[in-house]
Amino acid sequence: MSVTGPRLQPTLFERSRAERGGGKIPHPPKDALSGIPAHQLRGDAPGLPEINEVEVVRHYVNLSQLNFAVDTGFYPLGSCTMKFNPKLNEWAARLPGFAGAHPLAPDEAVQGTLQLLWELQGILAEVTGMRAVSLQPAAGAQGELTGILMIRAYHRSREDRERSEVLVPDSAHGTNPATASMAGYRTVSIPSARDGGVDVEAFRSALGPRTAAVMITNPSTLGLFERRIGELLEAVHEAGALAYMDGANLNAILGRFKPGEAGFDVMHLNTHKTFSTPHGGGGPGAGPVGVGELLEPFLPVPRVIRDDDGSFRLERAGERPTSIGRMRSFVGSTGVLVRAYAYLRAHGAEGLREVTDDAVLAANYLKHRLATDGSYDIPFEQACKHEFVASAAGIKKRTGVRTLDIAKRLIDHGFHPPTIYFPLTVEEGMLVEPTETESLETLDAFADALIEIAHEAGSEPAVVTGAPHTAPVRRLDEATAARQPNLRWRPMTGRQMPCPD
Amino acid sequence: MPYGPHTPADREQMLAALGLTSVDQLFEDIPEALRASPLGLPAAEPELELAARLSALAGRNRADLASFLGAGVYRHWSPPAVDQILLRGEWYTAYTPYQPEVSQGTLQSIYEYESLLAELTGLDVVSASHYDGAAATAEAALMTCRATHRDRVLVSRAVHPQYRETLATYFSGGLSLEELPLVAQGELAGTTDLAALERSLSDADRPVAGVVLGQPNFLGLLEPMAEAARLAHEAGALFVAVCEPVSLGVLAPPGAYGADIAAGEGQPLGIPPQYGGPYLGILACTEPLVRQIPGRLVGMTTDLEGRRAFVMTLRAREQDIRRDKAASNICTNQALLALAASVYLAVIGPHGLRDVAALGAARARELEKALVAAGAHRAHDAAFLNEFAVRVPNARLVHRRLLERGVLAGLVLEDVLPDEDDLRDTLLVCATEVTTPAEIARFATALEEALSGRPPVAVEAGAGAAGAASPGRRG
Amino acid sequence: MVPTDLRYTKDHEWIRVDGDEATIGITAYAADQLGDIVFVELPEAGRSLEQFATFGVVESVKAVSDLFAPVAGEVVEANSALTGQPELINGAPYGDGWMIRVRIADRAQLDELLEPAAYDALVAGS
Repeated sequence: MSVTGPRLQPTLFERSRAERGGGKIPHPPKDALSGIPAHQLRGDAPGLPEINEVEVVRHYVNLSQLNFAVDTGFYPLGSCTMKFNPKLNEWAARLPGFAGAHPLAPDEAVQGTLQLLWELQGILAEVTGMRAVSLQPAAGAQGELTGILMIRAYHRSREDRERSEVLVPDSAHGTNPATASMAGYRTVSIPSARDGGVDVEAFRSALGPRTAAVMITNPSTLGLFERRIGELLEAVHEAGALAYMDGANLNAILGRFKPGEAGFDVMHLNTHKTFSTPHGGGGPGAGPVGVGELLEPFLPVPRVIRDDDGSFRLERAGERPTSIGRMRSFVGSTGVLVRAYAYLRAHGAEGLREVTDDAVLAANYLKHRLATDGSYDIPFEQACKHEFVASAAGIKKRTGVRTLDIAKRLIDHGFHPPTIYFPLTVEEGMLVEPTETESLETLDAFADALIEIAHEAGSEPAVVTGAPHTAPVRRLDEATAARQPNLRWRPMTGRQMPCPD
Repeated sequence: MPYGPHTPADREQMLAALGLTSVDQLFEDIPEALRASPLGLPAAEPELELAARLSALAGRNRADLASFLGAGVYRHWSPPAVDQILLRGEWYTAYTPYQPEVSQGTLQSIYEYESLLAELTGLDVVSASHYDGAAATAEAALMTCRATHRDRVLVSRAVHPQYRETLATYFSGGLSLEELPLVAQGELAGTTDLAALERSLSDADRPVAGVVLGQPNFLGLLEPMAEAARLAHEAGALFVAVCEPVSLGVLAPPGAYGADIAAGEGQPLGIPPQYGGPYLGILACTEPLVRQIPGRLVGMTTDLEGRRAFVMTLRAREQDIRRDKAASNICTNQALLALAASVYLAVIGPHGLRDVAALGAARARELEKALVAAGAHRAHDAAFLNEFAVRVPNARLVHRRLLERGVLAGLVLEDVLPDEDDLRDTLLVCATEVTTPAEIARFATALEEALSGRPPVAVEAGAGAAGAASPGRRG
Repeated sequence: MVPTDLRYTKDHEWIRVDGDEATIGITAYAADQLGDIVFVELPEAGRSLEQFATFGVVESVKAVSDLFAPVAGEVVEANSALTGQPELINGAPYGDGWMIRVRIADRAQLDELLEPAAYDALVAGS
């Protein structure tokens, strides 16, 4: 499709003027490319925009101001843990010694980074109650794949080749079933129990000699701790399967519950959720994986090792032949891990426990404020952990206003909407996660706004269904975007839209 | 807790509202037998002390070396505008743009990234980003299997060894991966053996889904990409080019030589080496493959009032909707690094990018000359851009000796490619636009000394890559 | 009330029988539940389908659903208009929004499908 209407900001391409920019790089000698056969060279310079630096800077500063971010306001996005991103961590990752280190440099030239990574492996093992940790996975989903591939390697090492299924509760993140498929397994979806928890009986009847693994998120995506987790883990192990824990909700249990101690065989954690590394508009993250004794031999390569003389090094090629291999290039997303390390050292044991205590207290307080008001349904009344589900099913019935509308109306109140329509098991659900870094005043203001919108849904529903009104744009035409995809700028589009300046 | 706002009075007030006396009551749902043992971690560290600890650790890394190490990760000049824009909280503290009304900055920046990379690669569809070059290459190979309904992929042994290891891991779920040998002798030594490719493609019982080659390849050499693409297509297979984005300032783009998919590592576009990441996985494809490409895509549309706006689109391919039938499990990507690459390309511009690539090539030729004079000749004859292998007797030992002299003499190839007999006693070295003539002279002098067995002369202070003090400082 | 001259599956496909051949699509209820349909993937002519096996995929902005063949048979034609205008499925699910025509392999399978009244009851109950 092409668009000829008004727009917020010209694109880089609309800002381009021939012969603007330059001055960054010395000109190469004329014969610089004489060693390269002509057919290997490109005819023209690539069609990149030509812009001078001041225009580039204004472009990106103006664009940035169209974004909502943790640094601009409350971002209670359930299952994402949008906590404050400490500025010290950004400073640390940019220290030239860290930022400039080449990933294939000899170990002796990067002892500082290796020491940090080695210490981090130990800290994460302690926090999760696991025996060993790999820092390699680039994100949570890759951590999941790492874990499931290790489980497969474990079964194969025992010549147990019948296991072809992975059991996943229906409330799980979509990454769980997608991961199982990528690893060559069939996903069996297990319905949740009425109280929102895992249905241990349903699991029992699905468990068997074909079960390779069970993937559990604990606390669940409803923000509820699985009370029967001990029983479930026993049943899993009795069936000869292994238990994977999705650590997306680790912020709820720091210092209170260690999955490794409880009997989980493997878990990933998301440094960009629990340990404050920035979400970056969608990434990067890091998804370190912790394992118990059974899976340690299968961890991906390379791990960071401390030799007897106190020096640090990467595992060498072929040093651990049982490994599932490599999930990506190099040791891991070290720049992200430096930030996570800084966060963990800033907190220590007491601080981490306080993180969880305050996150859980804030979630329960917010849930209580909404429950007391009564406009929203609270499907699970028991104490929640770091997040909770509210539902606008009643509001929809009374007024026709949906959760989506309420979410959009929150934008007009200066808040980012919570996660909506997830988990899929709750009708008109919204998953609210306040985190520990929001003040009581913010929590109260958010509760007030939600309640006000509920009333507004009754008195002036059109205002809510037409929201947002104050955002840079109104609701978008997503159907046309998908039916006639325009996924890149074309010069043709440029001629249709002359630059305004 | 260093970053929490709650005062004791705030906590009291919240507990009182809940009718509780202690926060412990909120954790009674954890069965007693499963409650955690105490956390055995060091005490919290105040910011001042923690900053000193982090500085000391960073200082243990050697920043004084004259480095000729590339092998997939390259030092480049990143204009300060890039990092200063990245440091705006509106970019780095935002989440995935699921609420487009308050995420137009991120969404437009991703659309622009897709457009910039489409220009560079000559392919129309570019994903919003993948984890790194290795993971993007693995996803590209998986795409060829989905698109052709075949399960056999051929990958050149001159594709980065760590990418091939990653491919093998991703393929361990039941797909078949075979390696293509390299030409051993003559002008084309070190490039992919096309005769072997033709033989592998001709097995009618085992049709090939995709063929994967690197350009430049891991040894720095230029591959016959157009011929390889033609052979792949004749057998009904797709062709995947693993490319390095700065080189695309001067080299023919994948779209021009018939690649269906391009994958690559975006780190050279303004992103620091930082010991392995976060980097930027580039993944691009032709338009007919749009529904096979994994990861987020951003498209242009309008809002209710007809204003141009951007939104994530074709979402039904993704894990949160399609679950076990998704194209990939990828969720978190590398949006902030894609932003870095976009700002870099915008500031550097098309002619600047050409200059970066061409100046690197010129420096590499100077390096070649200097090394030949010092007694190290190229290991291959094929054309290269800015990276090449040289033969050095006792390469591993010489590499170590040079490190003592403050020179990081590239990569010892037999450490990463132990099965390639031709590569025994070779070093893979590179130059870029930041490589200085003084560094090249320092490398050549040190090499000459090392080869002649002379003891090192005192290393000149200040000649190091980052101008750091105390050369030779050890961790 | 759904059209009375059709048979239905519990997965919300309809089938219209015309001699040895039949036309297949999804019901208005299904189209409504999916929302704005943006893409449909259909089999090529000549492919043979098993009863109740998937024959394609339909996507909306935020949902995706497999399509199941009400009866076994060989695909005679897929509705090529849907490639450029998937919104026809929302606009006229029983008309221009049809998906495929098949040559029926076993007419006895038609008896396994829902009568209009039974399908109405199914939708009312969900």
